[in-house]
Amino acid sequence: MLTPTVSAPDMAHAAEHDHAHTAHPTKRYLLGIFDDPDVLLDAIEHVRGAGVKIHDVYTPFPIHGIDDVLGIARTRLPIAAFMFGCCGLSLGLFLQIYTLWADWPMIIGGKPHYSFPAFVPVCFELTVLCTAFGMVITFFLVSGLRPRVKTQVMDRRSTDDKFVMAIEQTASTNERHISDLLRQHGASEVNEKEIAVKH
Amino acid sequence: MHYVSPLRPPLVTGHRTYHDVTHDIARHVENPPNLRWLAGLVVSLLFLGIFMFSLYRTLWFGIGEWGLNKTVDWGWDITNFVWWVGIGHAGTLISAVLLLFRQKWRSSINRAAEAMTIFAVICAAMFPVIHMGRPWLALWFLPFQNTYGSLWVNFNSPLLWDVFAISTYFSVSLVFWYLGLIPDFATIRDRATGPIAKVAYSLLSFGWTGSAKHWSRYEYVSLILAGISTPLVLSVHTIVSMDFATSVIPGWHTTIFPPYFVAGAIFSGFAMVLTLMIVTRTTFKLEQYITLEHIESMNIIIMVTGSIVGVAYITEFFIAWYSQVPAEQYCFINRAMGPYWWAYASMMSCNVISPQLFWVRSWRRNITFTFVMSIIVNIGMWFERFVIIVTSLHRDYLPSSWVMYSPTWVEVGIFTGTMGLFMTLFLLFAKFFPVINMFEVKAILKSSSEPGIYVDEHGYAIGHGGGHGEATPARHPVGPAAGAAYHAPDASSH
Repeated sequence: MLTPTVSAPDMAHAAEHDHAHTAHPTKRYLLGIFDDPDVLLDAIEHVRGAGVKIHDVYTPFPIHGIDDVLGIARTRLPIAAFMFGCCGLSLGLFLQIYTLWADWPMIIGGKPHYSFPAFVPVCFELTVLCTAFGMVITFFLVSGLRPRVKTQVMDRRSTDDKFVMAIEQTASTNERHISDLLRQHGASEVNEKEIAVKH
Repeated sequence: MHYVSPLRPPLVTGHRTYHDVTHDIARHVENPPNLRWLAGLVVSLLFLGIFMFSLYRTLWFGIGEWGLNKTVDWGWDITNFVWWVGIGHAGTLISAVLLLFRQKWRSSINRAAEAMTIFAVICAAMFPVIHMGRPWLALWFLPFQNTYGSLWVNFNSPLLWDVFAISTYFSVSLVFWYLGLIPDFATIRDRATGPIAKVAYSLLSFGWTGSAKHWSRYEYVSLILAGISTPLVLSVHTIVSMDFATSVIPGWHTTIFPPYFVAGAIFSGFAMVLTLMIVTRTTFKLEQYITLEHIESMNIIIMVTGSIVGVAYITEFFIAWYSQVPAEQYCFINRAMGPYWWAYASMMSCNVISPQLFWVRSWRRNITFTFVMSIIVNIGMWFERFVIIVTSLHRDYLPSSWVMYSPTWVEVGIFTGTMGLFMTLFLLFAKFFPVINMFEVKAILKSSSEPGIYVDEHGYAIGHGGGHGEATPARHPVGPAAGAAYHAPDASSH
């Protein structure tokens, strides 16, 4: 009843995961494939409105407004970035005050040991450096992004031109109902995908 | 909520679909290199060879290989350093400042411009290190307690600020650039057929899947990086200018230097972006993504910053007269009419007069003219730094120590060699990395490309339905929002 239009790359992928199926426990997902971001946004609202839980949505580019319709909470990364910035600023101040004032005071060009205006550039640069690196590393950690030899993807076309909505299949989900719902709201294909559960 | 005027000219021409964008850009990574690319690489490697040989002479025989003397102790080395750093600024300006200003035309040029930034800063950073004469002691720049005493570095010195500014600028630009590359590496990974490409791009893409949650965080991270890169890029050339401005040498001791240097940096940087972009769009046939609109926008920035630089030159002269300081006055008269008058004349004609030609619309939309102008501007900006450095130094307070300075072939070799280094890095980037930001172009495709807006070549709306002959059916969904792109709010409507 399902997946009448499985494309060639997905056939290859499905074969790949038959193997995974025997070795590990797997989870099954129903994938609604969309061709247009606005159709996708509309479908998300309807699918969620029908009480179906969306596992995740995979898109080739960021879609404005998707956070609201998916109910994604605003990230707290900006707060982390601010904290890292404060660390950088403190590091800059400490480094300069400690070295030039506390550890080895020297008179340079008749200037006072603690000459704050001259410390501004290094404080600023260290603030920026710590903010950037701290925030990006935090982003990678919380998103689980790291160099991988092999990446598990739901549908390889989701980094090209397709917008993929993944809905996890459990004992309580009605496949036929969800599949019809997706099609009704503009999905061009509905596929199934099994993914090995990671430990 | 912002609206995109339907009268705005398209930024992507040729009725491209999302898949076309992927294909047009990723195929250069996937296909074997073309002949023009190989020829370019051979020439670049040749120049890289010149660089290596000149560097060898400098390191083995010392700074005596250069034409510097006791009076003129900064010559081509620091000129080249400032020139390269300045060029780098346009990349950050395009990726950060234009992001904050929501300029959509940045999307198809930001990737290559950021790459240019990184490679230009690599070339720039070389010069302060080798001009020390004993570059193996470069680590004394770093704030660690040296073993010969309890001395620390001098944080009151602008030269040390430079170390912090350039290294922060380089690393933050690298992070920003790499973060932008991750989704595009994922696209290439998912298209890859060869086993090496699959593993390589999987490693490079950090396991990116395009999850909505990740995109949401990603956009915040990009925005904050843009927000902190903007003051960073301004600080870098400000600090470079302070290397001069905090000294007591007439011609350098000028409070106007920071804004004047930043404007000059943007000016020369955009010229270099244009040089590279015009070559890239022809070599890789990317005319549909790097359009005349992009070239015209950049030419307008060149015109504006060129005028700012011109005002700065005139202001310097006025202040020299107004200050009534004889040394300052002599320095400026010597610049314009002394033995280095030709350098000053080149600077004035290339930087102040020639960009004014861009007031003519048909000239700033002419690709050959733009290409020639972009090179003229960079020559002019090189002369600007030469004029500032050498003419201020060569006649100092003691007439008995007045000298002339001219470079040796080693200095010329190092400078032309850095161009080889720069081009080699850029060509490798253009072959192995997606040269245009695919996901950003896709994100603006609906609002800013031809099928969405239907405008003629003069930018006027010509009504519905014009020319989607070659568009694939996938572009025309049957959903409720189909066709909503026509003078509707862009994808941000919700």
